[in-house]
Amino acid sequence: MRINAKTSEKIAKCLIWTAALLVIAILFSIIAHILIKGIPMISWQFLTDIPRDMGRSGGISSSIVGTLIVTAVAVIVATPFGIGTAIYLTEYTRESRVTRIIRFSAESLAGIPSIVYGLFGFIFFVIYLKMGWSILSGGLTMAIMILPTIIRTSEEAIRTVPQLYREVGFSLGLTKWQTITRTVLPSALPGIVNGVILSIGRCVAETAAVILTAGSALRMPTSIFSPTRTMAVHFYILAREGISMDNAYGTAALLIILILLLNVGFNMLVNRFIAKGR
Amino acid sequence: MTQTSKIDIKGLNFYYQQKQVIKELNLELPKNRITAVFGPANSGITTLLRTLNRLSDLTVGARHEGEILLDGKNIFDPDVNVTELRRRVGMVFDVPTSLPMSIFDNVALGPRMGGMKSKSAVAEEVEKALRMSALWDDVKDRLDTPAARLSGGQQQRLCIARVLALEPEVILLDRPCSALDPISTAKIEESLMQLKEQYTIIIAPHTVQQAGRIADRVAFMLMGDLIEQGYTQEVFSFPKDNRTNDYLTGRFG
Repeated sequence: MRINAKTSEKIAKCLIWTAALLVIAILFSIIAHILIKGIPMISWQFLTDIPRDMGRSGGISSSIVGTLIVTAVAVIVATPFGIGTAIYLTEYTRESRVTRIIRFSAESLAGIPSIVYGLFGFIFFVIYLKMGWSILSGGLTMAIMILPTIIRTSEEAIRTVPQLYREVGFSLGLTKWQTITRTVLPSALPGIVNGVILSIGRCVAETAAVILTAGSALRMPTSIFSPTRTMAVHFYILAREGISMDNAYGTAALLIILILLLNVGFNMLVNRFIAKGR
Repeated sequence: MTQTSKIDIKGLNFYYQQKQVIKELNLELPKNRITAVFGPANSGITTLLRTLNRLSDLTVGARHEGEILLDGKNIFDPDVNVTELRRRVGMVFDVPTSLPMSIFDNVALGPRMGGMKSKSAVAEEVEKALRMSALWDDVKDRLDTPAARLSGGQQQRLCIARVLALEPEVILLDRPCSALDPISTAKIEESLMQLKEQYTIIIAPHTVQQAGRIADRVAFMLMGDLIEQGYTQEVFSFPKDNRTNDYLTGRFG
């Protein structure tokens, strides 16, 4: 049976609309469910007190701090290495066996389950380097985990910068490094930041690898050598062990709000930077 | 030739991989004059310009034979500092390319990267360059706005200002008006006529008429060969070679 063009147009439109609406509906209902259950739990005490009685009462301040610092360590360590590798791949070497190997490794690393990174971090950082369960071990493990994402998004962003920008840089007597930092990277920045935001999301949401490397201590961390329990881990333990579903929802709601805030914040920062140039 | 030559090209052959794009070129480019190198597409003109400040180094698989003397010194000598050379021989491209930053920063980029530290010196250089490229009056009140908001013609004058801020000796222009309207083109041509007092200008014009309007000397290239060169008037009125005549009268190209 042949369907005429007009009918198939209508059917296609109908299916695409359904798909889009369904996805949005599912997404919103999950977020709404968590926020409705969780937001009533969020109070001043919840934000500022440390967990008491295994998390049945008290707040989650130590988890908030732990999450932010583990993520910060990961991003601060991974970003320079990631961007550096991307610059090497795009600007300092020609397409060759070596670049293909690096790219293939990065892509393979991106596909590995996070628990494997956790195991590696546990053996290497926690035990071999004797860092113990700590924010540093957790952060470094997360850094390795997000490195492939940062490399790939940065590489793509740098690759889309018009060749003409580089030629303008060189023709103005800029050295290669000046050309890269002054003409290429500023144009690639939005794409690079996108990769970093994506990575922040992964760090904040990670549980398995963090339990193995940063531990699950409820104390307020005093340095990057302290163990900590990130919000995602706290949420996991509260829910898994049936300690307090209410506090679990509160933590989850805060997690969502935190990720939203980070996204919005970073985007505003980038937009302000871009507004100067475009 | 009565004037002293700024650039002297001797026996230049240029190849991309196996393909030869410039064949045994000998050409003198006089100081403080506008020389137009014209010809149909794929004649090797863009390659020639890119070779003069060694931007051609960036192209993978490019190689050359022969010499290009800038004030008597071969630019291919191993002791030549390429970034220094590119500051002396500035280039304006066919597509107006402002970088994604403010008008001021675009022009200030070259001097700053060249090591100019003092803010007032940079500001002075930027103003001078913008005045010379006849853009100052258009932009003096909005130097901090993004360069991309300028019109195409203004952006191309910004590109010229950006080169002038390097205080170069030679300015290369590769079909600088090909993306511009006639009024913008006229403005740029006017600027160029003024600039030749201080600079040696080599332009690939986008039309033969443009060569006729602004050039002191012209060189006609075809498929990598230099067919004919001389004073604009002479070449345009009495071309010695049939191919030049055919091209000028629009029989091909």
